[in-house]
Amino acid sequence: MKRIARSTLQTAVNLVFFAVLGTAVLASTYFMTHDAIVKSEEGEKLKLINQIVPTALFDNDIIRDTLTIPASELLGTEGNTVAYRARLKGEPSAVVLESIAPDGYSGKIWLILAVRANGELAGVRVVNHRETPGLGDYIELPKSPWIKGFDGKSREEYKDADWKVKKDGGKFDYMAGATITPRAVVKAVNKTLIYFEQNRVKLFAVNEPKKEETK
Amino acid sequence: MNLKEITHNGVWKQNPGIVQLLGMCPLLAVSSTVVNGVSLGLATAVVMALSGACIAPIRSYVPNEIRIPVFILIIAVLVTVVQYLMNAYMYGLFVVLGIFIPLIVTNCIVLARVEAFASKNSALPSALDGFAMGLGLTAVLGVLGAMRELVGKGTLFSGIDLALGDAAKDLVLHVIPNYKGFLIAILPPGAFIGLGLIIAGKNWLNLRAEQKRKSTAPATPLTSPEAVQG
Repeated sequence: MKRIARSTLQTAVNLVFFAVLGTAVLASTYFMTHDAIVKSEEGEKLKLINQIVPTALFDNDIIRDTLTIPASELLGTEGNTVAYRARLKGEPSAVVLESIAPDGYSGKIWLILAVRANGELAGVRVVNHRETPGLGDYIELPKSPWIKGFDGKSREEYKDADWKVKKDGGKFDYMAGATITPRAVVKAVNKTLIYFEQNRVKLFAVNEPKKEETK
Repeated sequence: MNLKEITHNGVWKQNPGIVQLLGMCPLLAVSSTVVNGVSLGLATAVVMALSGACIAPIRSYVPNEIRIPVFILIIAVLVTVVQYLMNAYMYGLFVVLGIFIPLIVTNCIVLARVEAFASKNSALPSALDGFAMGLGLTAVLGVLGAMRELVGKGTLFSGIDLALGDAAKDLVLHVIPNYKGFLIAILPPGAFIGLGLIIAGKNWLNLRAEQKRKSTAPATPLTSPEAVQG
């Protein structure tokens, strides 16, 4: 009996030893790589943001000028998302919003949009999607310039009825054989612009509320 | 077993991808392009070499009853270290390989080699065995990736800039210009079909080598052609 207890204890000590050793190795690697990871993640984000917000449009530290946005039906989000604010000489110039089109052909389509302070779209990109490769994936920029069709569009120029693909009587192109995908994206972009209209002041607010009617 | 034999075993004779058929999950999922396949293959090879090297020296201190949890713990630590390093220094590739890096832990080929080889041999052969097995897997992933990419997209080495930086962008080969693409090769069924072809190819090579050996060896009486026909 005593021998069994002893060998059990030994085994346990052995396992604990390896667990502690493993944790130590992991912790030190984490601390060694942490800065580089944060840097590359921020670099990647900035690259994406730069694609849709021209560098000439901001001089602030856009990665850190953020606002947490609670889940919103208009944005299609179910949790908090982060908005990045672009400012030029302190004046708001654009905001980067995340949005989800819930009704793609194979589920959700994740979008990132930049809206200028005047309500015009600076750019839209698809961040993630599961649309059929070779068919619905022309919403991705590397595959096709389709997504650039949103650049410069606004709800001032296009009314609600125009925010549809041409097949449905709207103003947006689509490719034959894959209408569900662009339909979902166009709808989500329009809804994001509505969200922007409703929350414009809040979106650009600095720590102390500041007036910014730039009409 | 000498070192040459270990290498031959890992890369060809006991190739994990097409002979042992272990590690199918990454094999089928990430082999849609050469770059993806080779990158994950190399990451696996590094993990296997390190786990062989780490586990062989401590094998006598680990009680038999808890060897599996300890091995898995060590493999998981090594995989996480590799994951951190890739996240920090090869971010583009890290995003592409994503979930498959942590899944190296569950790739049964890693534990299989540790259990079958490293727990019975010293550090150097164990590291070599792991690395050779990993290279064998990498070779299969590379060939399968090349087949799928060529048939599916008409290119080779697309996405190489993710692994080697933006300067490597020109290395992408557009083998078939204006190719419309052949979707099934990129989708999972393409991986199964391609793997089947590779296995068939290896069997054919083996068979041919065997026949060659037989024909050069002193003739053993074979059944005459008439007898077979009759």
